[in-house]
This record gives sequence, structure tokens and C-alpha cells, in this order.
Amino acid sequence: MHTHSQMHGLPARYSIHGWTTKLLRLRPRTTTIIATTTLAAIVLMAIFAPLIATHDPTELSPASRLQAMSAEHWLGTDAYGRDLFSRVVYGARISLTVGLGVAFLTLLIGLPLGLIAGYFRAIDAVLMRFMDGLMAIPGILAAIAIVSLTSANLWMLMIAITVPEIPQIVRLVRSQVLATREEAFVEAAVLMSTPTRTILWRHLMPNTFAPLIVQCTYVCAAAILTEATLSFLGVGLSSEIPTWGNIMSDGRIYFQLKPSLIFWAGVLLSLCILSINLLGDAARDALDPIMKRKEG
Amino acid sequence: MSTDNIVLRVESLVVETVDKSPKPILKGVSFEIQAGETLCLVGESGSGKSVSSLTTVGLLPSGSLRAVSGRVELDGENLLQATPKRLNELRGSRMAMIFQEPMTALNPVLSVGKQLDEVLACHTKTSTAQRRTQVLDALEQVHLPDIQRMYSSFPHQLSGGQRQRIMIAMALLLKPRLLIADEPTTALDVTTQHQILKLIRELQQKHGTAVLFITHDMGVVVDIADRVCVMKTGKIVEQGPVRQVLSTPKEAYTQCLLTAVPSLTPRPPRPARGPRQVLDVTGLEKEFVPSQGLLSWFRRAQAGTKAVNSVSFQLQEGRTLGIVGESGSGKSTLARCVMRLISPTGGIVRINGQDISVLNSRSLKPHRGCIQMVFQDPYRSLNPRLTIGQSLIEGPMNYGKPRNTAMLKAKELLELVGLPPDAIDRFPHQFSGGQRQRIAIARALAMEPDVIVADEAVSALDVSVQAQVLALFDDIQQRFGVAVLFITHDLRVAAQICDDVLVMQRGQVVEYGPAQQVLGNPQAAYTRQLIDVAPGRSWDFAAFAPAS
Repeated sequence: MHTHSQMHGLPARYSIHGWTTKLLRLRPRTTTIIATTTLAAIVLMAIFAPLIATHDPTELSPASRLQAMSAEHWLGTDAYGRDLFSRVVYGARISLTVGLGVAFLTLLIGLPLGLIAGYFRAIDAVLMRFMDGLMAIPGILAAIAIVSLTSANLWMLMIAITVPEIPQIVRLVRSQVLATREEAFVEAAVLMSTPTRTILWRHLMPNTFAPLIVQCTYVCAAAILTEATLSFLGVGLSSEIPTWGNIMSDGRIYFQLKPSLIFWAGVLLSLCILSINLLGDAARDALDPIMKRKEG
Repeated sequence: MSTDNIVLRVESLVVETVDKSPKPILKGVSFEIQAGETLCLVGESGSGKSVSSLTTVGLLPSGSLRAVSGRVELDGENLLQATPKRLNELRGSRMAMIFQEPMTALNPVLSVGKQLDEVLACHTKTSTAQRRTQVLDALEQVHLPDIQRMYSSFPHQLSGGQRQRIMIAMALLLKPRLLIADEPTTALDVTTQHQILKLIRELQQKHGTAVLFITHDMGVVVDIADRVCVMKTGKIVEQGPVRQVLSTPKEAYTQCLLTAVPSLTPRPPRPARGPRQVLDVTGLEKEFVPSQGLLSWFRRAQAGTKAVNSVSFQLQEGRTLGIVGESGSGKSTLARCVMRLISPTGGIVRINGQDISVLNSRSLKPHRGCIQMVFQDPYRSLNPRLTIGQSLIEGPMNYGKPRNTAMLKAKELLELVGLPPDAIDRFPHQFSGGQRQRIAIARALAMEPDVIVADEAVSALDVSVQAQVLALFDDIQQRFGVAVLFITHDLRVAAQICDDVLVMQRGQVVEYGPAQQVLGNPQAAYTRQLIDVAPGRSWDFAAFAPAS
């Protein structure tokens, strides 16, 4: 059947690591469109936070504590009289930075480790036992431990969230490499004396991308959630920095008096994570059948 | 022809893709099968033969294909209008199907007996004890040994041939009127294939079943068909009694298909090209030892499996040596040892006089270029993410050729293997299987090797494409004087391309000598048996007449 379906439809040239073209060719469903719009709105909000925010998010004003919604303070103020709307808007900055930063860092460390583990059997045995050990520690506990032992700045926070996420990326990449290295085109490369680094870079790495993109969206969402959890538990960034976790943590005491203190940050956090996960699902649906069609 | 005996009648059946712009897959296919008759649908890949059978049993993939018009009648009942429930009843009781790959058709977590029993339990109301007798009887009928043990064994414990017998037993349990066999022997060795074909014939005569047999192999058609339908791109181009179609084919396409079948008679010997010995293998051994783990200190070492056991042969420039054997005979392991994709456990492999069997990967590099490989599966032998050009220049550039020179050479090679020059910027998925195999050959040639190892390089291709690729091998051999180590399970292919033939069985050499002698006048019993069971042996395709 394949001989007929192959010759048409595709332009002769498209990018070598061609997933971008694939993403562009995907016919989006309604949920995907809604998720993209929501996420885009949150990203824009984070980028233009200084323009959108009505007040300085860290400015204390004890005179106007716990005010209700008003023209002056759109979402009211918190226990220290800080403008809640501005804090929520600025909070998106930290959340997205942490989400993207952690996804990038895990990829940066996990991808090479996975490639090495999949290709060199001797290193694999040692490396994967180490990863197994890492996986055995609950992620949030590991993060708390790392943050408590060091200072709680943004970098340390991202590293603390990254470390527990690395093993799953390594496992994923390794499994893809193990499958691909048996393919005839990899053996052909070996027979042409292609250097090992080239085999890893040209022949094996691109074939891990499709599942990796999907996994990265999940890592991104999980990182945002972990950051909020850490802040909520009081081990994250210092409490004057506006993050969604900090806002909820501060509002917890007054929750019954004034639910809006944690409501808005919570809603944005949920929306953000839901959108990212939906986009991840859409990417998975889009990449899988195309991969199959190409191979068959 | 009496009409009351017709089991299956397909009338101007049209099947299209479910799409915004539907493409026709079957363009008005008509045929009928009588009770006790075998009709072969034969054609190359993409001709629509499998779609015909799937439509008949109502198993078209619902999201992508649908029957638009026509009739499919089983004993007068139109199946295209039958409800899914009715179809379900009919499948199993009135029509049954056996597939190409028996492993995937059986459930791996249930014992064979259970699965057969389930068929009876679903369709009949007999007692457990009765069902067991029936199942055992069915296993007996397909000539399985030790049926009590078979009843409780699991699919993975059986060989491919045994699994296909189980499938046949399952299909015939309810004595269906129609049996559909979709390439049931393609995944099997010739010996097993021969037995399975015999079994289908025997059971058909016993029960008077009508058989719709789908195959791409003209040899199988000779052995099993009463009548034959030749299909091409969704149409039946020719149909008639098997003898008539084979001896006086009316359509050019049928003639093409028949003449493309390689003859079993070896081709006349070619003069030797030169005295230079490019490949010399002496006493090659590869033993797979099971890993012992930590217990190796305590336990006596287990005996390994000798996949290749003291194999020796020589190959001169410009000659072709065929390595023939069934699956598991060690021919692929032998190839991988010679290529040094795996390290042999004993023996010597000399390429141009240099022993490479013990070299490490660094000192191997200067010799890698001398011996190149063409793989079996054209869909997996090219990196789907690199352009053809990038794949072709990779090797030469590893040996320090500048990019531009390598690219020019690649273009020349593409032309040489019969592909358009603009192919260089395209990606593998834009080519058919035969074209990809040409690209793989071009890639091997780009390294200017002295030896090309072709591991089942034409097995995945249709006969007409296969003939073209074999001709290409011949052509490049004439031009460059490259030696070819041709690994195949197909004696017909071996007879047409090889100067010398080496027959392997269970890792050992059974017979080795000039093709004329080994295939024309075989000495070893195993070689004789292989030739005897080659499908379609009774027919000389090139002469359109029975073989003398």
C-alpha cells in the first residue's frame, strides 16, 4: 500500500529536525485553541507586567489592609496592604520563568545523559542505577532539601526542581535510543566509520524529539506546580517576591475572611497548568501519527 | 459451471478512502468462488488484494476505507448490508480468516487450547467436555504432534509453522464454508510453507471449503490455486483457471509478473574476472553464551549456542557468492560477523589479505570502506530525517572527501542506479521500496568497496521490482568488478545471481560449490529437500509451460 501514498503531498525540502513544520501542519481542535489563547494571555501578562499592574507589587501600605475590590485596587489588597491585582500579574513572571527554565534545564542535562546511557552499555549500567536512586526520592522532598541547604534564590529554586525531574527525561531518551540504535540506518553509519558523536547527533538524537517535546510540556507544568507548592510551604522564594504560591501562602490565614486572597492566584495557576497539559496532549496527538506515516 | 454451488460472489465492488477527496482503492472488482475451490488473488503490494478480503469479512478499517458500491454475497446473503452483529455471527461460523503473522493473531497470555475453546463457546452450545474433544480433534487434523501438550501450551512456546497450524485449526473448527487466507505462508520458511500449503489443500478437500487465497508469490499460486485472479491497482486484469493463466497469459501485466519470477535453473557460469581474492573467511565461529550474572562463580558454565560453526569460504573480485538457508541457519549472523558489526568468537576474516576479525574499532576504520552492506528492509535502512544526498555523502566525508566532490559523486551514483538527479534533495519517505533499495546500493557504492554484503536485499520487494534490483546488482558488478556476498532464503534468486552457492543449516555449511553444481546437481540431502519444496517448482515461468 505504501508505494502509492508516498510520492505526493510533501514539499521536497523541510527542516531537518522537522517537528516545527509538523506542529504548523496540525489541524487544531477547539480545546487546543482555547488552551493556546489562555497560555498566550498569561505569557503576555507576564511580559507586560509593569504596564498592566496598577501598583508596585511589593509596596506596603498598612493603612489600606484587606480592602475589598474597588476602582483603586481591582482585586483588593492583602494583609500588608499590597495591591493583589499587581501581585497576581507579577506572579505570572516567576511561574513561567520557573516552568520554562526547568523544562530547558532538564532537557539540557537529561538529553545528553539519555543519549549516552542508551548508546554506551557499560555507562548505562552505572548511570541508570544512579537515576533509579534519584527517582526513589519524592521530588518535592528532594526540592525542599536542596532549597533548605542552599539559599532560596530563583536559580537554586529552578535547580532544586530540575534535579528530581531529570531521571524521567533520561529514561525516555534512553528508551528511544535503544530502539533506534537497532535500525539498519544506524548500522549503516557504523559501517561507514561515522564517528560515534556524529551517530548520536545526526542519527539518534532527532529520533527522540517527538516524545521529548511532549514530555517537556509535562515537566514545565509540574515545575510551575512544584514552585507554587514550595512557596506555599514557605521554603520557596522569600515572601515579599510576588509568586502565586507566596500569594496563596500569605492569604491562607485570612482565607475564611476574604477568599479572594487565594482565589485569583489559584485560578490562574490552574488555568496555566491546564493549558500547558492540553498543549502537551495536542502535541502528542499531532506527532504520533505523523511519525508512523513517515516510517511506514 | 453450476451456480448453486457458489459460496462467495463479489460483484463490481468499489472501495474508497474516507476523505474529503476520496481515492478509489478497488475499482469494480468481481469474482466468485465455488465450494471446494481455491481462488488465488495475486498481485503486487498496493494492488488491493488485502482490501478485497477485508471487505469480504467486514473488517475494513472504518475510519479510513469504506465500500461504496457493489455486492459481496456469502451463500446469497449480501454482507455489505449485514449488521455488525450478523457479521460477527458469520465470521467464525460461515467464514474464517488466517493471517500472515500467526504470532500477532494469537493472544499471547492464553493457552492455545483456551483460545480454540473460546471459538466454540462463543458460537455453539456444547458442553465443556465435548468442546475439548472437538478442539483436540481439530489439533489432530492439522497434524500437530503431542496434541495434549499443545492444548495447554502458549503461543510463544510454538514455532511459526505450529502457530500457523493452530490458526488453521481455529479457522476450521466450525467448518466454515469460506476460508480466507491472507499471505498465510509469507512469514514462514520454504519447508514449513510447503507443509502448510499441503495442509490447507488436504483440509479443503476433506471439508469442501471454498478458499480465497491471497499471495504475491507466483510459485505459491502454482502449488495451491484452482483459479487465479491477477490484480493491479484495484482492478482484476485477468482471471481464469490457473493452467490457462500461467501458460497463455493474455494481459501484458500478467506476462510481466510471470517472466519476472526468477528461474530455479542456475544461470550459465560466468568467466572469472580476476584472480584477486577480496574476501577470505576461514573457520569462522560465533557462539552466543547465555549471561550468567553473579551466579557464574558457583554454577558450571552453560553451553552456548553456536550460531555460526566453522564456516569457510573465499570470494574473488567480480564474483557473487550466495549464502542460502532457512531462518535460524545463521546466515545473518555470519554476515554481521564478516562486517564486524559483531565480533566472531573464532576464525579469521581476511579482507584484501588483512585479518579484520580481531581489530578494534579504531584500527578497523581503514578497512571499513572495503566492505559495505545493503540491508533487507528498505524502509529502515535510510535515516528518515536526512536527505538522500546527506545519506550518500556521509561515508565519503568520514574518509576526508570534501563535501562538493562527495556531492558530485553522489549525483553520478544516483544516475547510475537509475534515479532522477533531483532525488538528491528529497527525503526517503518520498520513494518506494525499490527506489530506496537503489539508494541503499548507491550509498554502499559511494564508499568504493571491494565487497558488498547484501542481506536479504530483495526479499521485501515485489517480483518485478526484485528483478530490476537484481539486474542493477549485475550491472554494478560488471562496471566496478565488486564482489557480492548475497544472503538469501530464496533459491530462485540465488540461482539467478550467484556464481557460487553455500548452503547453511544450523550454523554449519551443508554444501558449498559452483551454483550450477549445488543447485543443478545437489549432493547433500538438505539441499535437495530445499529445492524440492521451493514453491512453484513444477512450473517453468519463463517458458509458460510445466517444468521438464
